Amino acid sequence: MSTATPSTVRELPPSTWGRVRQSRRVADKAMRIITASFTMIAIFVLFWILGMLIVKGIGGLSVATFTQTMPGPGSEGGGLANAIVGSIILTFLGIVVATPIGVLAGTYLAEYGKGSKLADLIRFINDILLSAPSILIGLFVYVILVEPLGGYSGWAGGVALGIIAIPVIVRTTEDMLRLVPGPLREAGSALGAPTSIVITSITWKAAKAGMVTGILLALARIAGETAPLIFTALNNSFWFSPSLLGGVSNLPVTIYQFASAPYENWQQLAWAGSLIITMSILVLSIIARRIVRGAK
Amino acid sequence: MTAVTDPTSIPAAHPQRKTPKGTFDLIFRNASFLSALFVLLLLAGIMLSMVIGGWPAFREMGIGFVTGSQWDTQQDVYGAWPAIAGTLSTAFLALLIGVPLSLGIAVYLTQLAPLWFKQPVSTAIELLAAVPSIIYGMWGLFVFVPLFAAYVQTPLSNIVEGMPIIGTILSSRSPSGLGILTAGIILAFMIIPFIASIVRDMLDQIPSVLRESAYGIGATTWEVVRHVLVPQAGVSIIGACMLGLGRALGETMAVTFVVGNANRLSASIMDPGSTIASRIANEFNEAIGLQLNALIALGCILFFVTFVVLVIARILVARVKAF
Repeated sequence: MSTATPSTVRELPPSTWGRVRQSRRVADKAMRIITASFTMIAIFVLFWILGMLIVKGIGGLSVATFTQTMPGPGSEGGGLANAIVGSIILTFLGIVVATPIGVLAGTYLAEYGKGSKLADLIRFINDILLSAPSILIGLFVYVILVEPLGGYSGWAGGVALGIIAIPVIVRTTEDMLRLVPGPLREAGSALGAPTSIVITSITWKAAKAGMVTGILLALARIAGETAPLIFTALNNSFWFSPSLLGGVSNLPVTIYQFASAPYENWQQLAWAGSLIITMSILVLSIIARRIVRGAK
Repeated sequence: MTAVTDPTSIPAAHPQRKTPKGTFDLIFRNASFLSALFVLLLLAGIMLSMVIGGWPAFREMGIGFVTGSQWDTQQDVYGAWPAIAGTLSTAFLALLIGVPLSLGIAVYLTQLAPLWFKQPVSTAIELLAAVPSIIYGMWGLFVFVPLFAAYVQTPLSNIVEGMPIIGTILSSRSPSGLGILTAGIILAFMIIPFIASIVRDMLDQIPSVLRESAYGIGATTWEVVRHVLVPQAGVSIIGACMLGLGRALGETMAVTFVVGNANRLSASIMDPGSTIASRIANEFNEAIGLQLNALIALGCILFFVTFVVLVIARILVARVKAF
């Protein structure tokens, strides 16, 4: 905590301070203290949440958590195996849906769409989708996939997660491709390579690390999404069908359902699930950040 | 190859160099173009599906869908006003708490933090954005709500009871800790990382010559922030706040945990309420018939409100790149 106190920040020498009016000095001091303490509040909340997850979640972690399926109402024990596997499948599906579309769209914006009005519009809309409420995307997939096909399915869940991931991948792909210096492309073109070859074997290669980061960030974004899954994959207390039709169990919705359930082992599992999901996401985000810093 | 202005494309004047790769070139170009168009289609699709899915409810209820405050599944009467008011008031409270904190954090990170401290703190703030919504909900419900009920709501209720206006707004009928204000506080922490990191990037972009010349004429750090940095960043700070507002309006899981999910509208921000998103999440899986349409119609309202907010936000934020 002492690191944030104003004494450690660079200050003007006292001789200068002597000529500054008292009220100005007080205002400055107050601003330093207030901004530092605001920062501390935010960091405190982060560690409070993480601490809570570790304290309450660690007790629920055992081998059974990863090997047994979700317990029925009132039954003892149980685990989250089906929810964990379901979550991995849904997230993976989402990334599989989003990666080709996102990478190609980002490539179009960065490589082909320079100066075009349409590309500007697409970029703008993409930025809006980036912050669009995920619950609306869940409703959208419900209307176009779940209702017409007559039931909840893992496929619908994967598509919903994919739609959330696309704008993230588009944005990072475009940003990363823009960092690739133009002469690299010109060198490729000078050798007679068509644009597509220049992009796939020169530009993409140069921007690889950044593009992977985009996919990792998208993964981190969708892994914890709950709202869209309520309308699409729902949940399942048992092993879901391999065809992914019908409800597919997943961690976020399980946490939502178990958290305020009257059974103690359910609550315990909700905390364990929260710990697993948050730690995976934080690790993913930190890895992604490392790669970005390395790439720059 | 059609884009003549594109320096990377080969000149079309050499048709003899067309190899089988020319086909791949065409396919690749069209595939990336179609993918980009897909992004546009997505937004149009979301808009259309909300309007069409919600249409029966709008037709049935008319303007009463927005202004009515009765939500009765038995009689098929749906009025969304309590949910709309709840959405607006939680988002407003989130901004009220979140914006000063975010601006303070951005100023601290760019102007005051020692260099070795800046990076870890920045990362920590950004990780607040990576924590899933549902975890905020768990933290809110099981940790924050009991503390809030015991140490804020109950004493405050006792103090303000009977006071005009303040008493109405701040007293709670039963201090459970759940309510509009609780949701606003949780939302504030969820939008802080978004606002703070955008404002931080903006402050970092301001040419340091401006700051240095202000310091040079004897300004204190506060005066540099107040009279140089804030006017320079200008409307884009408002844009960042609106981006946060967009987030707060549509946030679902965290709010569903702590807002109390009451269908009634209360004058007090300490009482339970509901938001558009929380009501959809709560009722959707049991909804049939007109109720389902009414919930999608709620989604439609949420879509248009957030769409307008986000468009304004992006326009304001984009202005910062001009300098």
